[in-house]
Amino acid sequence: MALLETRNLTARYGDFQALFGVDIVLEAGETISIIGANGAGKTTLMRSICGLLANQPDSIRFDGRAIGRLAADEIMAMGIAMVPEGRKLFASLSVEENLLVGRYGRAIAGHWSLETVYGLFPILKERRHSPATALSGGQQQMVAIGRALMSNPRVLLCDEISLGLAPVVIRDIYRAVPEIKAAGASLIVVEQDIGQALRVADRVYCMMEGRVTLSGTPAEFSREAIHDAYFGAAA
Amino acid sequence: MIWFDTILQGVLLGGLYALFAAGLSLVFGVMRLVNLAHGDFIVAAAYLILLMVTMTGMSPFLAVLIAAPAMFAFGWALQTFMLNRVIGDDVLPPLLVTFGLSVVLQNVLLESFSADSQRLPSGPISTASLNLGGINLGVMPLLTFGSAVVVIIALNQIFYRTALGRAFRATSDDPSTASLMGIRPAGIFAIATGIAFVIVTIAALYLGMRSSFDPNIGPARLIYAFEAVIIGGLGSFWGTLAGGVIIGVAQTLGSAVNPEWQILAGHVAFLLVLLVRPRGLFPRAVD
Ligand SMILES: Nc1ncnc2c1ncn2[C@@H]1O[C@H](COP(=O)(O)OP(=O)(O)OP(=O)(O)O)[C@@H](O)[C@H]1O
Ligand SMILES: [Mg+2]
Repeated sequence: MALLETRNLTARYGDFQALFGVDIVLEAGETISIIGANGAGKTTLMRSICGLLANQPDSIRFDGRAIGRLAADEIMAMGIAMVPEGRKLFASLSVEENLLVGRYGRAIAGHWSLETVYGLFPILKERRHSPATALSGGQQQMVAIGRALMSNPRVLLCDEISLGLAPVVIRDIYRAVPEIKAAGASLIVVEQDIGQALRVADRVYCMMEGRVTLSGTPAEFSREAIHDAYFGAAA
Repeated sequence: MIWFDTILQGVLLGGLYALFAAGLSLVFGVMRLVNLAHGDFIVAAAYLILLMVTMTGMSPFLAVLIAAPAMFAFGWALQTFMLNRVIGDDVLPPLLVTFGLSVVLQNVLLESFSADSQRLPSGPISTASLNLGGINLGVMPLLTFGSAVVVIIALNQIFYRTALGRAFRATSDDPSTASLMGIRPAGIFAIATGIAFVIVTIAALYLGMRSSFDPNIGPARLIYAFEAVIIGGLGSFWGTLAGGVIIGVAQTLGSAVNPEWQILAGHVAFLLVLLVRPRGLFPRAVD
């Protein structure tokens, strides 16, 4: 049985339908990437899984349970943590408080604690008393990842963690992935950067206009196939 | 010396206004909600204490200790079953609902307790005073001010030193991202209102022991509270205390010049501060 699975997932914003029957599977221990152009529905998929958007109960299953209708705080408590698009740090909290609030709904013992997060991103320890929004973009992204890790999640959702960052910074951030996996989390990584997505993932899903248009292991993907799945065959 | 004495009395009076205001400040800080019935709830709590005192003969201080948890539960329920349904992007519905609550509450109090003025029995403490270096300070005003300081310190500790306080601030920043932290915003709002109602009960104790009250004085207490919060700057508890003190000092100075100017002087001080510092004295950096 898959750890996390969507089946014929649809999502809408009012009258606008953003997802049309999306099926993805995440096995325990696996890392999958979701790629796709702007507006493909990647963030909508993440928001559906983490409970910010309500869906058909049965269209999302986690650990055998139907979670499509659960609220975000209940899903978080079950062990699905999210690094949201645009980081969404709490401006009135310091770096350390942002990390601490990350375990509010799920304060369980595990690999991740303040010390291990600071071990992963040492710069955060130096800046721990600064307001979180006073940090550079890359450092803020580290806080957002650390905040999600503080709950020792079983599934970590990362929505465009490399957006707007310099290549060296992106490399620094992705260096954290092996330790995150070793601590027992399975990952769903949304990426615009296809090269990065192919490097990090065991399997890749490509989305276009609310549908999965291509899926498989990075080795199976040709440039042309990705291009077609990304922009449509006619492009 | 007489001026110094007047100012000191004003500072102590400010403690009472800070107590009126602290609950309002907390609720506004967490959920951007102004409860227009805040003053009426203070009056209602004063009647509750009065009822307990007259029925059992217990001391008002003891009555507050017993009433406080009940008022917490009441505030929690009010938020859960009523206010959470109306707060959202639109600021109008909560204003309408709490305005309605204010009207209903005043009428219920009027029906139940008549329009007669009441007072909480406070015993010899109400006339006791301390002589400090030639200045007479009433024990009751000192106690009020001390309670206000304790309440402000406690709120600051909760807000800035506990997991609950982090959840308060995170929810205030961004409720939907807060829910990704396992925080249920509706539950956080209910706890905040519960705490506000504990402070309402403490404010009611001093309101009722220091002066007489009747069912119609709630809205004026709301206005003092509101002015104190705005003067201090939204989101700052120490600012709220400072705001209360400024109104208190302005009122005692005003009434020293002419007794009829007491209330007016407080409002004028409020307007002057807003003219100079539109965001109040200690606004929170982010908004
Ligand atoms: N709050 C919203 N209200 C209405 N429509 C929305 C909303 N959020 C997203 N959409 C629409 O849903 C579609 C999918 O958006 P989504 O944010 O999921 O795309 P995405 O793949 O994450 O894009 P990007 O790479 O730009 O982040 C888009 O057409 C978008 O305009
Ligand atoms: Mg997106």
